[in-house]
Amino acid sequence: MAEVELKGVRKVYPNGAEAIRGVDMQITDGELVVFVGPSGCGKSTLLRMVAGLETITEGEISIGGRVINDVSPSDRDVAMVFQNYALYPHMTVRGNMSYGLKNRKIPKDEITRIVEETAKMLRIDDYLDRQPNELSGGQRQRVAMGRAIVRNPKVFLFDEPLSNLDAKLRVQMRIEIKRLQRRMNVTSIYVTHDQTEAMTLADRLAVINEGRVEQMGAPMELYTNPRTLFVASFIGAPQMNLIPVRFDGTDLGDGVSRFSGFSDLPMDTDLVLGVRPDILSIMEDGQLDFRVDLVEQHGGENLIYGTIVGSDQGAAHGLEICLKANQQMLPKVEDTLQLGFDPAKAFVFRKDTGERLV
Amino acid sequence: MNRHTVITHFILIIGAMFMTLPVWVAFMTSTHAPETILREGLQFWPGGHFLETYNEVLFEPGGVMKKVTALGMMKNSLILGIGFSVGKVIISMFAAYAIVYFRFRMANFLFWIIFMTLLLPLEVRIIPSYKVVADLGLLDTHTGLIVPLIASATGTFFFRQFFRSVPDEILEAARLDGASTWSFFIDILVPLSKTMIAAILIIMFVVGWNQYLWPLIMTTKEENYTLVIGIKQIYQVLNEGGELPQFQKAFALTILATLPPVLVVLVFQKWFVKGLVESEK
Repeated sequence: MAEVELKGVRKVYPNGAEAIRGVDMQITDGELVVFVGPSGCGKSTLLRMVAGLETITEGEISIGGRVINDVSPSDRDVAMVFQNYALYPHMTVRGNMSYGLKNRKIPKDEITRIVEETAKMLRIDDYLDRQPNELSGGQRQRVAMGRAIVRNPKVFLFDEPLSNLDAKLRVQMRIEIKRLQRRMNVTSIYVTHDQTEAMTLADRLAVINEGRVEQMGAPMELYTNPRTLFVASFIGAPQMNLIPVRFDGTDLGDGVSRFSGFSDLPMDTDLVLGVRPDILSIMEDGQLDFRVDLVEQHGGENLIYGTIVGSDQGAAHGLEICLKANQQMLPKVEDTLQLGFDPAKAFVFRKDTGERLV
Repeated sequence: MNRHTVITHFILIIGAMFMTLPVWVAFMTSTHAPETILREGLQFWPGGHFLETYNEVLFEPGGVMKKVTALGMMKNSLILGIGFSVGKVIISMFAAYAIVYFRFRMANFLFWIIFMTLLLPLEVRIIPSYKVVADLGLLDTHTGLIVPLIASATGTFFFRQFFRSVPDEILEAARLDGASTWSFFIDILVPLSKTMIAAILIIMFVVGWNQYLWPLIMTTKEENYTLVIGIKQIYQVLNEGGELPQFQKAFALTILATLPPVLVVLVFQKWFVKGLVESEK
């Protein structure tokens, strides 16, 4: 069991591209941390640096108190599950799972015991003598996890392991991974671009943007208390509504609507008002005139998309807004609604730095 | 059957006959007595001397010095063919492994240098190669016959393309599994390349078997001749000997020379095709 510590970690590629721009992080023993961010943000690179598949340009990574910058991947005591499973195509499931153990010169009967035990746990014991191409996606994913588990590593690394599966299986495997991780209580790092996966799996989330950790914390903390515009817009589905506004001393205004209930904001800069779809509601005295152009029925709830009336003046498109409502609420396309929200639940960010003000 | 298929089949049949007829004529002629051939020319139907001719060719020493049988030459050809193909596969796999997986300076440049040698046939370097082999005292040996030929740009190119198509994650998974450079090659790459290896072995065996110029200048003793050279020698005897020309023996030798490559291709055909078209990794 081990904690993982990253100190001032940077990664610069030989061509000068800076992938990781200084990451400090402490992952405690048995914790499941999810790296989440848009593609190209460096989350996979960071994971691969922990695995030893990428070199560390600057800084230090330690596992269980041992600095592993110059330790080879196989000696770091980490196991990794890859997005495309990366099973050895010519080996049976058993062969795939035992290969790492064989290389570690573990006695044969010991290998057989470990592999069979793990296979039973993952419910792949019936397929031990099949080859990967005879298995379904979910089974392959299990084998890939089995290959990681048999090595009894200090740290599990998951690199978008579920993105090749269909939606239903993904949810199922997600739950399974979470259970497994709980039961084995092994420190884990999980990379994904899917914020639902991130929210549901993580003990703690690290939102990564352009090679930096924007914010790290428990999923709900990031949801309710985002520190930056980026985190606020990335966490939560559907995405937070972002309305460009300015403060005139008493109210926030976007040129069409005015929002009261805010104070102590800078007047000389562009601001962004963030309102989550679920705190918007229909109100008689609502500040937003909203024209419906699409209703998505999700069963339990409806998502209503549309634009703010008047916001398309001088712009090609009106400002798009999404509203989460219950299933009874079914406005027609082109209906105009009055929307309002509780200012205490809204966020205000600076547009230039993304810093949160309220 | 519509008109279209009739025409395509007609073309196909003509093409097939064009390819097989010479072989058929050679085989048929080889089963006749030398007098018949001399009198009537090439034969299209079987004669009665099949066993006699082939027995004589295979087991009785022929050639100028009467020192070598077809069986002996076949053995030499087999050694050349197998040594040539196996050597080429081994060397080119190692070369491709280094080029694809090892980061060293000018790897790409070196690859293109190797690749460019594809443009140069053996004949271009035959004199220097001969000089090297002669200085090493390897004339008239199997080593001298095979080693100078086994560096292969074609093989290196094919294996390079194949290795590059193996997903990087496999390498990374193997690294995490503690596989060394050598065990990754032996445990993962070689089994993955099985069909590719088979395809290249087959092609190279045929190429090696059919080598003519190099064995010709490399071997001076008749007992080191390969079949392909043997055929040439027999024709020479035909013209110079003053005896009754032994056309049936020349044809028999030709048939014998084509047999092993044909057999190899027939037996390994499935693997061969699989190796050339396989895309699933």
